Amino acid sequence: MFGFGKASPPAVQDDGRIRARFLVKHPGFTLDIDLDLPGRGVSALFGHSGSGKTSCLRCFAGLDRPQLGYLQVAGALWQDSERGFFLPAHKRAIGYVFQDANLFPHLSVRGNLEYGQRRIPAAQRKVALDQALELLGIGHLLERMPSALSGGERQRVGIARALVTSPRLLLMDEPLASLDLKRKQEVLPYLERLHEELDIPVLYVSHAPDEVARLADHLVLLDEGQVRASGPLKETLLRADLPFASDEDAEAVIDGQVCGHDAAYDLLELQLPGSEARLRLPHTALPSGHQVRVKIKARDVSLALNRAEDCSLLNLLLATVESWQALDAQILLTLRVGEQRLLARITRYSFDQLGIHAGQTLWAQIKSVSLLAP
Amino acid sequence: MPLSKNDLDAILLTLELASLTTVLLLIIGTPIALWLARTDSWLKRPVGAVVALPLVLPPTVIGFYLLVSMGPNGFFGQLTQSLGLGTFTFTFTGLVIGSIFYSLPFVVQPLQNAFEAIGRGPLEAAATLRANPWDSFFSVVLPLARPGFITAAILSFAHTIGEFGVVLMIGGNIPGKTQVVSVQIYNHVETMNYAQAHWLAGGMVAFSFIVLLALYGGRNARMRAL
Amino acid sequence: MLKPLKHSLLALGLVFASGAIADEVKVAVAANFTAPMQAITPAFEKATGHKLLVSFGATGQFYAQIRNGAPYDVLLAADDTTPARLEREGAAVPGSRFTYAIGGLVLWSADASYLDGTDAALKAGQFRHLSIANPKAAPYGLAAMQVLAKQGLSETVKAKLVEGQNITQAHQFVSSGNAELGFVALSQVYKDGQLSSGSAWIVPDAMYDPIRQDAVILKQGANNPAAVALVEYLKGPEAAKVIESFGYKLP
Repeated sequence: MFGFGKASPPAVQDDGRIRARFLVKHPGFTLDIDLDLPGRGVSALFGHSGSGKTSCLRCFAGLDRPQLGYLQVAGALWQDSERGFFLPAHKRAIGYVFQDANLFPHLSVRGNLEYGQRRIPAAQRKVALDQALELLGIGHLLERMPSALSGGERQRVGIARALVTSPRLLLMDEPLASLDLKRKQEVLPYLERLHEELDIPVLYVSHAPDEVARLADHLVLLDEGQVRASGPLKETLLRADLPFASDEDAEAVIDGQVCGHDAAYDLLELQLPGSEARLRLPHTALPSGHQVRVKIKARDVSLALNRAEDCSLLNLLLATVESWQALDAQILLTLRVGEQRLLARITRYSFDQLGIHAGQTLWAQIKSVSLLAP
Repeated sequence: MPLSKNDLDAILLTLELASLTTVLLLIIGTPIALWLARTDSWLKRPVGAVVALPLVLPPTVIGFYLLVSMGPNGFFGQLTQSLGLGTFTFTFTGLVIGSIFYSLPFVVQPLQNAFEAIGRGPLEAAATLRANPWDSFFSVVLPLARPGFITAAILSFAHTIGEFGVVLMIGGNIPGKTQVVSVQIYNHVETMNYAQAHWLAGGMVAFSFIVLLALYGGRNARMRAL
Repeated sequence: MLKPLKHSLLALGLVFASGAIADEVKVAVAANFTAPMQAITPAFEKATGHKLLVSFGATGQFYAQIRNGAPYDVLLAADDTTPARLEREGAAVPGSRFTYAIGGLVLWSADASYLDGTDAALKAGQFRHLSIANPKAAPYGLAAMQVLAKQGLSETVKAKLVEGQNITQAHQFVSSGNAELGFVALSQVYKDGQLSSGSAWIVPDAMYDPIRQDAVILKQGANNPAAVALVEYLKGPEAAKVIESFGYKLP
């Protein structure tokens, strides 16, 4: 039952979403996932090593064939083991970025880029070579051989190569994992531009929380081959039942818009949607109106019933207590500021002393704000 | 020229045999090498051992079994007879078949090593870039395995030129058909024509040396290029 | 002339007197004489106490090896020209040469029904391959060509001839069925005075030059009492019986 000889795959309802169900049994490890992902934006597959992230991605690509599999991407059925249908990797409109770039050593950068492009009919070429070159900043590398490129350059070429096939789904397997910090910082902005400028949905595998926080719109948490959570990024990060929130480094991700800069004190001011609240943090100036993402750790948020006066903390925001959860001697609270949520972690003692309860309005005092994206 | 007509025929015949064998072996050996490089099946080791047999078996053993099996009482001989092709002993075709067995590992092993060295990575990359298996073979595997192919071709050619034991067993010493250079040298020694034996043997030594020089020189150049 | 006689008398004397100083003798034996030699070896060793180390092969090859220092003591050749040559070239003990057997040529087929004791099948020419030993290197091959010439068949069978490097290989081609028939040594298919398998036409002596097979003591074996003993044994009655039973004639 290979699906060969079937002229076209069975039709499915097209609602633009990505639906996947994979069951892969190995001795000692089983991947058993069932996902319903948005057909747009970046969906991150997050988890520790050995959690099955790469296995899962390879199933999406058709590089591995699961015992049971169902995959529907933007209205096209790619796999349905119940009906004996399996579209092999080379027939799927995917772009795959490998952890180590995996460029063809016998072809120049141009040769690598054109390899995929040549193999799709001209009518389907939506991403032009020039566009990819510009997006990834590799125009000057065209005639070089892969062995003459740095790690970061190789990775960017790998990404460009995947893009140029105008895929319906871009799969990225920890593309920054093999890069050092400097190169990571070099490539990340390109990934963000991808996100902004192209309309291709991305599945992004990573075990680095910062990358995920910076790039993802949708977060899937994988653990030992199972999906522990799948939801919009910010909400998922806040969920008290997930490792994120109960972690020492639990944090919330907030989107803001640049609305000013104090040149004398080098402070950037951000406006938060749905709120009068402003966040200020030390940072160089950014263009007004620029969208940024910040993260605020739960342990950096303390609570006060009254607004503190004469205090060194820059950021004092009015917030409403939404929910809370006991964690040993501490309480983890979810607060709402405007349209977004914050996490705060205080002692049970203080919680009782202040008489905090759900629905209460109080002041969130934020000690430290980190900018995720410049 | 102290070489007789038979000698020149022998040289020509030997070159024909080596060339044809090499071409056929590259065609036959490539899928075998590919399978051996890729498979996880339990058959991999026994098949690999069978392929390597001609490395350790005396050529006369190979020749003997070919003589028996290609003859009218043997499996292969009965097959060819039932197809109306007669038997292949004492024919050039028979020599080609014998040479294919004899030089098989010299082609399969370098190719297998080359394919294994390529690994899965480039092939998976090719698949994600819309190349079907045939396409990725020709556009990725072949170019990357080129040194392996060159080594295989040279080894097969040189090895077949030197083939003696197998030809001796199944050739029948027919001038123009199965009388190759190595057998001709043997003939000259047998009949005490040492001068002619020297010419042919010396020629073979010179030829083999040049071939090996090219092989090693080429390899060094290829390694420097990496 | 007296020397070898003296040697042999001395050797025999030593053997009978001391009841054995066992010596070793390395013999190079022509391929066609394989079977008789294998029968003679244990008998000789038992009778004399000497050890026999035998190598079988092509006479031409042995010649080349001997001339290049191969350590054989005695050569039993397939022809008479090679021992004579060795003697001429000083590589053999002078005067030690003698004819140990006269070869018989036979046209033989592994198929018991193919030949009927005559050369009818040969003349009919219905076969695809006729096997002979290389006529340039083996006297049996030369004899075969003489027979073909005598029958006027040289041209007609030319395309069907396949050559074995030696008489053993010529026999191998026929016994494996690859050649329907071939000219081999009578000794190869004859045992205990009759044909051991297949079918044959025993070629009349008149059709080919006699295949005199000569033996000679080589320089290496000059002072080897076992070598002398072997030569004597081969000339003796026990050996003669064995040799004749394999289809050879004696001088």
